[in-house]
Amino acid sequence: MSELDLAGRVVELVRRLAGPDAQAEVVVTRADLALTRFANSFIHQNVAESATAVRLRLHADGRTAAGSGSLVDPDGLTALVERTLAATRLAPHDPAWPGLTPPVPVPSGAPVDEATAAASPDERAARVRAFVDAVEGLEAAGYCRTAHRSGAFANSAGQSAVGRSVEAAMDGIARTGGADGVARHAADRLADLDGAALGARAAAKARAAADPVELPPGRYEVVLEPAAVADLLQNLSWYGFNGKRHAERQSFAEPGRAQFDPAVTLVDDPLHASGLPYDLEGTPRRPLTLVEAGTTAAVAHDRRSGAEAGTGSTGHGMVGASTFGPLPRNLRLLPTGGAAEVAAGQLSAGVTGAVADPDTAGLVAGMARGLLVSDFWYTRVLDPKQLVVTGLTRNGVWLVEDGVPTRAVRDFRFTESYPRAMGPGRVLGLGRVPVRQPDRMDGFWWEAPALRLASWNFTGGASG
Amino acid sequence: MTEFDAATAAVQAALDAGARYADARVMHRRYESMSARNGDIEELTQDESIGLGVRALVGSSWGFHAVPELSDAAARDAGRRAAAIATASARVPGPPIELVPVEATVASWASACDVDPLGVPLSDKGDLLARATATMREHGADLAEGLYQIWDTAKWFVSSEGHRIDQRIRECGGGISATSIGDGETQRRSYPSYRGQYGTTGWELVTSLDLAAHAARIAEESRELLTAPECPSGETDLILGGEQLALQIHESVGHAIELDRILGWEAAFAGTSWLDLTRLGALRYGSELMNVTIDPTIPGALGSFGFDDEGSPAVKRDAVREGRWVGVLAGRDSAAVAGLDYGGSVRADGWARLPMVRMTNVGLEPGPHTLDEIIAATDDGVLMDLNRSWSIDDKRLNFQFGCEVGWEVKKGRRGRMLRNPTYTGIGPVFWRSMDMLSSEIVPWGTPNCGKGQPGQTGHTGHPAAPARFRNVRVGVRA
Repeated sequence: MSELDLAGRVVELVRRLAGPDAQAEVVVTRADLALTRFANSFIHQNVAESATAVRLRLHADGRTAAGSGSLVDPDGLTALVERTLAATRLAPHDPAWPGLTPPVPVPSGAPVDEATAAASPDERAARVRAFVDAVEGLEAAGYCRTAHRSGAFANSAGQSAVGRSVEAAMDGIARTGGADGVARHAADRLADLDGAALGARAAAKARAAADPVELPPGRYEVVLEPAAVADLLQNLSWYGFNGKRHAERQSFAEPGRAQFDPAVTLVDDPLHASGLPYDLEGTPRRPLTLVEAGTTAAVAHDRRSGAEAGTGSTGHGMVGASTFGPLPRNLRLLPTGGAAEVAAGQLSAGVTGAVADPDTAGLVAGMARGLLVSDFWYTRVLDPKQLVVTGLTRNGVWLVEDGVPTRAVRDFRFTESYPRAMGPGRVLGLGRVPVRQPDRMDGFWWEAPALRLASWNFTGGASG
Repeated sequence: MTEFDAATAAVQAALDAGARYADARVMHRRYESMSARNGDIEELTQDESIGLGVRALVGSSWGFHAVPELSDAAARDAGRRAAAIATASARVPGPPIELVPVEATVASWASACDVDPLGVPLSDKGDLLARATATMREHGADLAEGLYQIWDTAKWFVSSEGHRIDQRIRECGGGISATSIGDGETQRRSYPSYRGQYGTTGWELVTSLDLAAHAARIAEESRELLTAPECPSGETDLILGGEQLALQIHESVGHAIELDRILGWEAAFAGTSWLDLTRLGALRYGSELMNVTIDPTIPGALGSFGFDDEGSPAVKRDAVREGRWVGVLAGRDSAAVAGLDYGGSVRADGWARLPMVRMTNVGLEPGPHTLDEIIAATDDGVLMDLNRSWSIDDKRLNFQFGCEVGWEVKKGRRGRMLRNPTYTGIGPVFWRSMDMLSSEIVPWGTPNCGKGQPGQTGHTGHPAAPARFRNVRVGVRA
């Protein structure tokens, strides 16, 4: 039975058991997820799961409840509907129920690479083998993963949608003498992941990170590599462009105001790469420009927050959005010159040493004195309104003098307001080649080039 | 076909496909959560999931496969696939793997539960949250939020060594928080902690919290914080409340003593540890007041169970004794690699996830004082409580925590409320500076410990009490 058939069957069960006035929305997702993990240069964990999840949200007599289950036989589906209906009857009144998505067309998503959908553990292991070989005796650790999702949506208002999505990602470090170098890449096709190139890049950076010196805390000009920029995008998404937090006045975002440097254009672009073309509420997903040349343009909404704001949904319904809020999860920081001029995903092209990437090298070349930062780690929000974040650098920091990385530097702790750091006049340069970074969960990704900022507030050395 | 039958079929299929060891877990979990905001119910969710995960060891390589079906055919297919994945792992092989011995056990275990949390009427649970959040709103909170969560998990475990164990573990908890929004900043107060208090227990835990009784106070305190003076910046004596100290233990002790991290198995993601196994038994971790145990047998604590997900029985062990590092959290394979003779700390957050080294209840044994005595003995310092933010480096050394609230302590008395309190330090330096510890131990539950790829959310417990630390850097500014 197809996912759409399953979803339709649940809608029909609701009609039969709850009556014609009950409003139901059903999401069915089949997932084949596999992840091969390596550490100390061998595969130490290797997992795969095949699962189907059915999620039902039900609104009846002014009350709402949601339920999900993993059993898709007739008894399992009936049990899901019965227990969700029972929960709905006992649930408190829900005056803010926004109603169901009406019938609207849903675009087809990004093309699905069938080879990635059917990838074997041997194919993932081969990329790990290539990574481990490429680090040439350094210790290697990381993962190679593939994800294939096939889904459908149906609701009792007549909306339906189907979609498929695949993603492949590789994330690895090379280690030598206490220094780590990282390489990370998400792609639409497993074939686009080059374990050897990633391993070589990680190794070059690890070797360049050896024997670090301690620098005093303070404000430094920085070039952030795409891995570090991904952290900026993630926190801006979760705490800034989240429509619910915006409605609650917990977000810095003020649509219509020039809150960022004119070089900054941010687009949530779910159809650009791996992802289903509809959200949890059946709303079509489409590009949403959040920042246009420095001016905040929009925040993300699901049906509930969109109704509260009077703007409608932007296609960001997701599990947890009722409580945490709707999140942009496919954010692109557009590179210099606009998106059309660049090809995403290129990695090292012969540049060795600390930068290991010609695009980043171009930004570093313009810096008189500052720091090159590979990656951020364990970032947490101290104040959500100003989006003040603390965290640490990881996987390599270098002092740059007269455009050249001269010394590896010990990790720093920083405390910085992300929107302020990217504010008007503070972006000194953007790379030309965006690199897509995987999130911890497939379906989330962050795409950005390297970024040069006028100032970053390092508040202490990590070693003391 | 019973759950044990399915697990047995999966294990046998893995052995038939070449595994020298295999185990399988069937897990059936029911989950319910409800959240409320400003007097209204915001979301009610009930999930139910059942499936089987099988782990196979071929040579010295692991494979794991999980399916949502319990038919004989599906179980056998899962076993075969786990063995095939393990065979693929051998393309990048590691050192030989053995498993420390565990007695093959046939047993049943269930956590204590006076009031079945899923049996409490939804309307009663909704009323509880709606009333508490409405009260916070009436007392000035811009955002009044409440939440409870319930997990009811049944597990059936079978191994090729003869284990056959079933367990039923019921966990629940909840809490409330009030947020006040000022010009350019927000302030929040929570009760009893940021996400609430959780335990391996029944609804009696939530009832005992009496959420509504604390609603007005925290709402008023969140508004008061907007105009309170900033926490001073500099070095001072720091008194931590028990809830914040629980997170300090979690981050700077619990994760640091995870053997998979110490061995480098989590290097690329969760990180490693500053601890070196060659110094186990000798390293000075903290002051002599510091006694930390690993104890999954504590009744009602969130990290409690009868057997871990490798079939090892729950056993209390020392992690730090009189300030000296003496124990780790281990699994059967990691312990064998390290030359240790115990596992017992391996769990998975669902049938589709690989069991891995996890904290159980990692906490402090009580000290000789009370919080009042600690304050009375402090001439100049800051008291902080309830976590607001947490960040620690990948070796679990450098940390910075923010708390919801601070108070001046001057000449033995608690003074003005302070806003935006933060403190920072290095784990062993910090723990060595602990010079007063209270006896007022509470086993705080942490239901959101993230680790592993694919990500897993662990449930851990942390007995902790207020304590004093000397010369700590506080008040870090952006």
